[in-house]
Amino acid sequence: MSAVTTPARQASGGVNVKVINRIVIYGLLALFALFYLMPLFVMLVTSFKTMDEIQNGNMLALPRAPTFDPWLKAWGETCVGLTCAGIKGYFWNSIKMVVPAVLISTMLGALNGYVLTKWRFRGATLVFGLMLFACFIPFQSVLLPMATILGSLGRFGVTLQNATGTSFGLGNPTVNLVFVHVVYGIGFTTLFFRNYYEAFPTELVKAAQVDGASFFQIFRRIMLPNSMPIFVVTVIYQFTNIWNDFLFASAYAGTGDAMPMTVALNNVVNTSTGVVEYNVNMAAAMIAALPTLLVYVLAGRYFVRGLMAGAVKG
Amino acid sequence: MSTVATSQIKLTPERPRASVRSHLQDALPKIVLAPSFAITIVFVYGFILWTVYLSFTNSKTFPSYVITGSRAYQRLWGWTFDTDPPSSWYTSITNMGIFGFLYIAICLALGLFLAILLDQKIRGEGVLRPIYLYPMALSFIVTGVAWKWFLDPGLGLEQTLHQWGWTSFHFDWIKNKDFVIYTVVIAGVWQASGFIMAMFLAGLRGIDGEIMKAAQIDGATTFQLYRRIVIPLLRPIFLSAFIVLAHLAIKSYDLVVALTSGGPGGSAWLPSNFMYEYTFKRNEMAVGSASAVIMLMTIVAIIVPYLYSELREKPR
Repeated sequence: MSAVTTPARQASGGVNVKVINRIVIYGLLALFALFYLMPLFVMLVTSFKTMDEIQNGNMLALPRAPTFDPWLKAWGETCVGLTCAGIKGYFWNSIKMVVPAVLISTMLGALNGYVLTKWRFRGATLVFGLMLFACFIPFQSVLLPMATILGSLGRFGVTLQNATGTSFGLGNPTVNLVFVHVVYGIGFTTLFFRNYYEAFPTELVKAAQVDGASFFQIFRRIMLPNSMPIFVVTVIYQFTNIWNDFLFASAYAGTGDAMPMTVALNNVVNTSTGVVEYNVNMAAAMIAALPTLLVYVLAGRYFVRGLMAGAVKG
Repeated sequence: MSTVATSQIKLTPERPRASVRSHLQDALPKIVLAPSFAITIVFVYGFILWTVYLSFTNSKTFPSYVITGSRAYQRLWGWTFDTDPPSSWYTSITNMGIFGFLYIAICLALGLFLAILLDQKIRGEGVLRPIYLYPMALSFIVTGVAWKWFLDPGLGLEQTLHQWGWTSFHFDWIKNKDFVIYTVVIAGVWQASGFIMAMFLAGLRGIDGEIMKAAQIDGATTFQLYRRIVIPLLRPIFLSAFIVLAHLAIKSYDLVVALTSGGPGGSAWLPSNFMYEYTFKRNEMAVGSASAVIMLMTIVAIIVPYLYSELREKPR
């Protein structure tokens, strides 16, 4: 579609109207670009200012003497609750939670999508429908039972620990969160792979079957090598969602050393003791935002495709 | 997909029929899918039933499994603004109405508007699009922290405009119990509207140029063209965008926590915040569960008809 100028307008001294139109359009677009950039800009400049400059200066002004101290302090010294060792530990907590959760849920999604499209059986649509609906439930409706189960597993873990010397990860908040994110993530990953494999030529699978290839051989040799784009989309989608999660994190690892980044950030910002160090808060927020922002900058196209695939089903 | 099915039928007689191995081979796809399906049944549907059950008990700090009827629901709905203290549940519901309506309406309007502007053969589209969209990559917590700072009367926008000489400017919504929910709308729209723009833009790019040309030849003005032809063609996108936004709105929890810490006296609560507070902090498990059930019902009413129409076997 193009900018549409009516014949009538073109006739009545068109060029001026057209130029004004363009100026208005570009002006509006620039204005909205400012609207979207403003909070990030403010956050960024504030994180490089001294407290003195924040209290006496203008929010929008560039730092007069940029300092990296707030970042160092946020990373290594700031207080999260009563522990004052910075947010670095929580950053690693998030990594330790995100990596296994993303890998497991993506792999399961790929297998599920493969079965649901290439090995259809009666009731496959119902199975998929039930899994798909699970993506949309408000997690509040499963929050409490999951807390109860994780609590029991934790107590069982202690018993195991006493009996065998290892708890097999039961009761470990990070393991719990990995489990929770896999459970409530497979709906989306299955959806992604199912829609992708739906368009994948079934003839290839059929031919391989005739040649005697097994279920897993077909998956490994034919499906996987052709799934790169959807893997990238799914991994990015899952990474962003799990990294950014707050509800599960605060419900199942809301206190103590195992807090993920989002919960730690919220605690840093809402700590009411002492002087509020806005520059450190902003630096902490930037650190929490960096991984997903980085992914967005490096692979924005796939990020958008993931969001779209999650929104528009076929 | 019927092709696979027929080929399997053809292949079956060639295999030794009764052997365990071939049975296993046939069942393998289902065995692979089974764990995921079982997990979904237990941890989604089973847990939902569990929550529903709890909502009919008198669970307080710990779950109790004695059914005591619909007391929790009666408490939720019988507790009004006139009681003392006034109902946090009605506050949450009212906030949900205000937030849900404004958030969805503004995101749709702004998203469509920006998409149409961007679709006018704009130089620099490749720069602008990512700028509009990046907030979607941030967590609600980061968004909340950023806007909390930006809207703080003593440090943010108000202070800045005072310094620039507009000393009568007053903007303290974030600290005002009657307006705090609107700040949640602002931050929410900031985060999601770029994504809605991308959805509409994809839709616009999919429209057949011939239709546009024909309308232009017939003498339609730009406004008429969009009003009568383009926007009706975008109907499916409106539906998808609405579903996405409604679903995001009902699940919103983190944004309220990070931006307002619940607002003065819980005045910024949404039902999700109500549920969390009552279940985990105020030891009213049954009431919390009842609120979760009501949230779920709302989502079901929106999502199920949509999923049903999407998944129905399309005639080929």
